[in-house]
Amino acid sequence: MHELLIIAGVLLIVLNIAAGLIYVERRLLALWQDRYGPNRVGPFGLGQVIADMVKIFFKEDWIPPFSDKAVFVIAPGILVATLLLTFAVVPFAPGFNVFDSNIALLFFLGNSSLGVYSIVLGGWASNNKYSLLGAMRASAQMLTYEVFMGLSLMGVVMMADSFNLTGIVEAQRHGWFIFPQFVGFVIFLIAGIAETHRVPFDIPEAEGELVAGFHSEYSGMKFGMFFVGEYMGVTLVSCLITILFFGGWLGPAFLPPVVWFFLKTGVFICFFILLRASLPRPRYDQLMSLGWKILLPLTLINILVTGAVLIYLQ
Amino acid sequence: MNTFFYIAAAVALISTGLAISGRNAIHALLFLIVSLLAISVIFYILGAPFIAAMEIIIYAGAVMVLFIFVIMMLNVGMESEKESRWLKPGMWILPSLLALILLVNFVFMLNKMSHQNIPGRIIEPKEVGISLFSTYVLGVEIAGMLLLAGIVGAYHLGKQKKKVLHRFLKQEEIEQPGNTEG
Repeated sequence: MHELLIIAGVLLIVLNIAAGLIYVERRLLALWQDRYGPNRVGPFGLGQVIADMVKIFFKEDWIPPFSDKAVFVIAPGILVATLLLTFAVVPFAPGFNVFDSNIALLFFLGNSSLGVYSIVLGGWASNNKYSLLGAMRASAQMLTYEVFMGLSLMGVVMMADSFNLTGIVEAQRHGWFIFPQFVGFVIFLIAGIAETHRVPFDIPEAEGELVAGFHSEYSGMKFGMFFVGEYMGVTLVSCLITILFFGGWLGPAFLPPVVWFFLKTGVFICFFILLRASLPRPRYDQLMSLGWKILLPLTLINILVTGAVLIYLQ
Repeated sequence: MNTFFYIAAAVALISTGLAISGRNAIHALLFLIVSLLAISVIFYILGAPFIAAMEIIIYAGAVMVLFIFVIMMLNVGMESEKESRWLKPGMWILPSLLALILLVNFVFMLNKMSHQNIPGRIIEPKEVGISLFSTYVLGVEIAGMLLLAGIVGAYHLGKQKKKVLHRFLKQEEIEQPGNTEG
């Protein structure tokens, strides 16, 4: 019974945050751009979330006759399923996680690499040249950034001596990993943005050049799943940054651990939105050469130095 | 645990069969991915969580994405005339016969062997790492060399001579005799 409650709680929290972020993002973007944003429906425009959701549920869900129908329908499901599965290993507070695994970090990396399929298959099944271009960019970009997303975390794993996320948080009792692993943090942040293809790295959907990239042909709730999936990705990467580098639920005792966790996560979600408000999009080849020529060597040097220091201190 | 094993094994067998017999390249690849996921579940049940995760990250997550990438670029996804010509019913006879011989062989051997259970111990990621870098370090090094050779080869194949489009520079380049590598 207790486990069922936790599962329901995690699902409820994640889905509500993801839906609520649609409103939060529009309000914050408006704030940073000196305008109001949605403020008409309900107090502070909070009813906008409900209005948007009702609208998206009642929209016509059109499957193009020229598409590969089966693949077209599965694709958005893969994205949401892999993201929700990953939340199963995220510890929100001591004991407040669905599945306390010894390979939690690898589980996250595996799921994020399966998430690529949703975009690649969605773009391919749409049978549209813009979508296919978006899908090709997405697969190249996400494969590249996955390589050192995993490697950038190895410093943390070495220091905590565990793939277990609870163990990693407990290892930070005497100091957050942001200080010794600053390089790893920066690289993981960049790779996280690229994996969720948020604005500086939203090259797969670049609306100026590819209409909407891989989801040009999607409508109704199938588009809604891509849309909400993006916000779930942002929440997931923020949660992981909090757990891996900022001590998870640890904090002074005047607030309960869960509150600390969500406060820290909220800061990073707002940072993601600030990036969207302020940064332009790089060119595709710039993105790839940044990845392979700068970030990958930096990650390898980080692993080497961390290992050397750890052996020296033993 | 046995029930879960049989479910995962059945999924793996069915999806592999569909991957072989499928006529649409992308659908066949999707079935192959499902088969890899099922095999990863089997690894997990046998007590090797690290290998199970690696199976997903490397095979299902990276290698198969590259396969799909190539098929997308070649545009051979939709069902083709050639495929249905290749997959005539007559094609199945010889491979099935050979596989049947192997199956009989395998079942016979299993019956002769005394029953040995797989030790139900869970092997932690740390143990895998320690044995990779102590007992099997030679294998790791050889695999690293092979991958390095692969990277060098791919770089050589992918390298292109820089095309100079400026007319004056182009003139100069033709006159230089040494510039013939490609």
